[in-house]
Amino acid sequence: LWKFMSAFQQCLSPWKFQHPLSQQQFAEEERQWEATEVKEADRVPDTMQTPDVPPLTPAKDQFQEELVIRPLHSGDIYASFQFRTMWDTDFLRGSKVSHYRLFPKSLGQVISKFSVRELHISFTQGYWRTMQWGQPFLPSPPGAELWVWFQDTVTDVDGAWKELTNVLSGIFCASLNFIDSTNTVQPSASFKPLGLGNVTDQRFLRYAVLPREIVCTENLTPWKKLLPCGSKAGLAVLMKSEKLFHSSFHSQALHFRPVCQDWKCKSTVWELRQTLNVVFDLHTSGQGKRGERSLKCYSMVIMQACVVFPLQGELFELSPTTPLLSQAVVLGDRRTYSVYDLTNQATFGQTRSLNMLLRWRAAESGDMLRPLLHGERYVAGYGLQTGEIHTLMYNNHPYRAFPVLLLDTVPWYLRLYIHTLTVTSKGRDNKPSYIHYQPSKDRLRPHLLEMLVQLPPNSVTEVTMQFERALLKWTEYTPDPNHGFYVGSSVISALVPSVVAMDTNSTRECPLFSSFFPCKEESSYFMRVYTEPLLVNLPTPDFSMPYNVICLTCTVVAVGYGSLYNLLTRTFQVEEPSPGLAKRLANIIRRLRGVPLL
Amino acid sequence: MAAPLTLLLIVAVTIRAVLFRSSLAELIPERVEVVSPLNAWKRVVEGLALLDLGVSPYAGDVFHEVSPLSIPLNESNPSIHPSIMADALTAVALYLAVKDYNKTVFRKQKYALEAERYPLDCLELIRTPKEMYYIPLKVAMFYLLNPFTILSCVAKSTCGLNNAVIALFILCTVKGSSLMSAIFLALATYQSIYPLTLFAPALLYLLQRLYIPVNWQRSSFWLFTTQYTFMYLGSLCVMVCLSFFLLSSWDFLSSVYGFILSVPDLTPNIGLFWYFFAEMFEHFRLFFICVFQINVFFYTIPLSIKLKEHPIFLIFMQIAIISIFKSYPTVGDIALYMAFLPAWNHLYRFLRNIFLVSVVLLACSALFPVLWHLWIYAGSANSNFYYAITLLFNVAQILLVSDYFYAYLRREHHLTHGLYLKRKDGSEATLVLK
Repeated sequence: LWKFMSAFQQCLSPWKFQHPLSQQQFAEEERQWEATEVKEADRVPDTMQTPDVPPLTPAKDQFQEELVIRPLHSGDIYASFQFRTMWDTDFLRGSKVSHYRLFPKSLGQVISKFSVRELHISFTQGYWRTMQWGQPFLPSPPGAELWVWFQDTVTDVDGAWKELTNVLSGIFCASLNFIDSTNTVQPSASFKPLGLGNVTDQRFLRYAVLPREIVCTENLTPWKKLLPCGSKAGLAVLMKSEKLFHSSFHSQALHFRPVCQDWKCKSTVWELRQTLNVVFDLHTSGQGKRGERSLKCYSMVIMQACVVFPLQGELFELSPTTPLLSQAVVLGDRRTYSVYDLTNQATFGQTRSLNMLLRWRAAESGDMLRPLLHGERYVAGYGLQTGEIHTLMYNNHPYRAFPVLLLDTVPWYLRLYIHTLTVTSKGRDNKPSYIHYQPSKDRLRPHLLEMLVQLPPNSVTEVTMQFERALLKWTEYTPDPNHGFYVGSSVISALVPSVVAMDTNSTRECPLFSSFFPCKEESSYFMRVYTEPLLVNLPTPDFSMPYNVICLTCTVVAVGYGSLYNLLTRTFQVEEPSPGLAKRLANIIRRLRGVPLL
Repeated sequence: MAAPLTLLLIVAVTIRAVLFRSSLAELIPERVEVVSPLNAWKRVVEGLALLDLGVSPYAGDVFHEVSPLSIPLNESNPSIHPSIMADALTAVALYLAVKDYNKTVFRKQKYALEAERYPLDCLELIRTPKEMYYIPLKVAMFYLLNPFTILSCVAKSTCGLNNAVIALFILCTVKGSSLMSAIFLALATYQSIYPLTLFAPALLYLLQRLYIPVNWQRSSFWLFTTQYTFMYLGSLCVMVCLSFFLLSSWDFLSSVYGFILSVPDLTPNIGLFWYFFAEMFEHFRLFFICVFQINVFFYTIPLSIKLKEHPIFLIFMQIAIISIFKSYPTVGDIALYMAFLPAWNHLYRFLRNIFLVSVVLLACSALFPVLWHLWIYAGSANSNFYYAITLLFNVAQILLVSDYFYAYLRREHHLTHGLYLKRKDGSEATLVLK
């Protein structure tokens, strides 16, 4: 952690700009931070405390950034960066957008060329361990994920998608060009638009996952370049790739969508949200026990007052303290965050630097509240002929059942048998109320399975399905075929009852009138859970043998052809023994001499 | 003769019923030797499940049956599965067909003898009613008790159904019913293209039965040929249109016939196609697919010319060639032509390497599961092992078939030229192909 922190010594910049001018100032304001003993920190939501964005800026675009640091129950540190650019422009109609200020031009051109309405792309290295870490703010599957809603004016969606993936592949230095019809699907229900708009015809949606994609610095650099100041100012200065990738989990994402301009929602603006989520593993970085861990920190932190753990009280203390506290319900969980507003001079004090100390109050943090929804997946069976995919969905809510949408995309070379689909909860058959199944076509499209399943309270629901492994052409195997083939994560989307609503502990200080019925306005929230990707082995031919096989098989066919040809074209004849050589020579001489032959 | 046949049927059904209830019933349908993507029962069930979900079974690449045949197959009566009934039907049809055919053969032989057309020393080649008496029963037995048929039946492979249709076609042809013959031939073609090549022998047999010589100048020849062709094509059209109206789409054409002809599924089987096309260079693929598919149909014309006097033997040859060279062969296909072997037991003395071939076939049948296990489950062998066995198995089949062809031609030669041929100098002669 020490190292980790020292990498961050660099600078801290104000974390909220409202207009580009302030941004330039920021760049100037960079300063060095002293490495001092500090403890962990935590930080958080920005927009929450200052929801009313200074509205009177003449610029049509604005930029905000924030970093949330959250100590996880496993002892790791979860850092979530978010950068948001909002721009009131029209990418689609009228004159071409040519003047770019905060919004990245490379992306803007792509969006207007392909008439993209919504674009979500994420690159993730590592798997988010829901049971240890709780829910992430923004879930993402391992590998690369891309889903796009096109405008309903697009006629050739497949063509636009193909081109778009190739362009994005160049922008992000990723293998998105491997997205083709064999891994693209059109989910009917799981991926609805997140932004404004009422077009929900799945014809304009394309979804693809590349579970094998390796994410590394070459993807981070182009991602950082999309920020208005790159990594030169703002929170982005903290993103040093050697530290970011020395972590248990790394996920960078980009979300583009139309949103309301203000609460009245009279007009829409385009929002580009770039997020980076990292989990730093404190144990592997050689730190001691939790109590003594020190961390150099650099940014504002919000402490969790943890109303969800009322019995344990506050788990850690934070210094310096901040007067700004914010309470927010995120993922159904109400927490109080300490907010350090770096645009506020008071946050820094005289030193023009901010050092944070977080001290754990208790050596053990107690039990984490189990995530209400959780998914797992694995392949059962042995051998290379058949197998069975098991997907487990956990509903940990003590008394509420809720429906979930399960989306499975399986490549064509694992031939699924839909008639072997079983869904069982608590030992009983649980018939899905909705099934959308699209069988695969060899070398053309994958299997798509979407199901709406009701998860009974406090239960595990198991979905199993048998498949058969295909033998591919030898040119279709990946360079290391015995490593196996990846199958993308299942996506579980659900409206989950809120933990807050579950909380019947009335020791909290709230107005009495609000605490009688447990259900409140946040009674349920949307959640998406990704399961593990699968790694499946396929039978392989011998790659060194194409010539031999062609020769041998052709020989066998030739044996068949030859023996029949022989019998068809020849007739039986009595074999007359041919005379010996001496006799033939003698006959030649005799013929010359004119005497009778022998 | 009805009693032994009934007994045989009872025994065969009992064996199958017992196997259906044993633990093998789960194991056998997974064997690649027994089921192919074309005829696996699992895929039929999958097609019906897709239909239940409101998806066309041909939307995916799992179901490759022609629909009207498989839909009534839905397991309504689990005690006697349709595949058992299909096997019994095949056996009875073959029994009746061979019985009738033997009568014809015997009659012809009698006329030839009376006309003193056979050389004197050929008397030992003459077939006696005594040895011909049990042939139909043996044929039925060869089909019903052949382990290949039993495996295929226990796997509920729809191959048994195809065999039944072909057997009925042979029966109708032998009985001389040209309409039924055309209908069943169309049905067989509709199921899996390849029986198309049986058109020529059926036509030859029916012409022979009606004493119409194969003569291009004769109008009666053309009349009958046109008539038979029309019946065949007409019923084929009706079936294809029926399929179309059932799902109101032509998807099944590419999903069934396109699948058979272009061989996209390279799941290992006992044939020659899978490994060859898995290892094929992409730019030669189309060429070799054409070569291999033409190879199946190619032999029809020369064989028909050579064997125009012996259409039933020609049917045997064609079925054997189809089952060796087709794109997705299974052991069920082999069982059908092997059932005819007792009908040619008078050729036994002319077979050259029947012992070797039988041993190779037996050894290969035993090695298939062993090498499959080593490759797929144990991981200690690779695909070449299994491939080598398929090669050997096919070579053995080719030798078997060509040996029977050789023996048949040789016997015919002896029947015209005498059994003990002499050289010019009077010494004992050997017969060679020249």
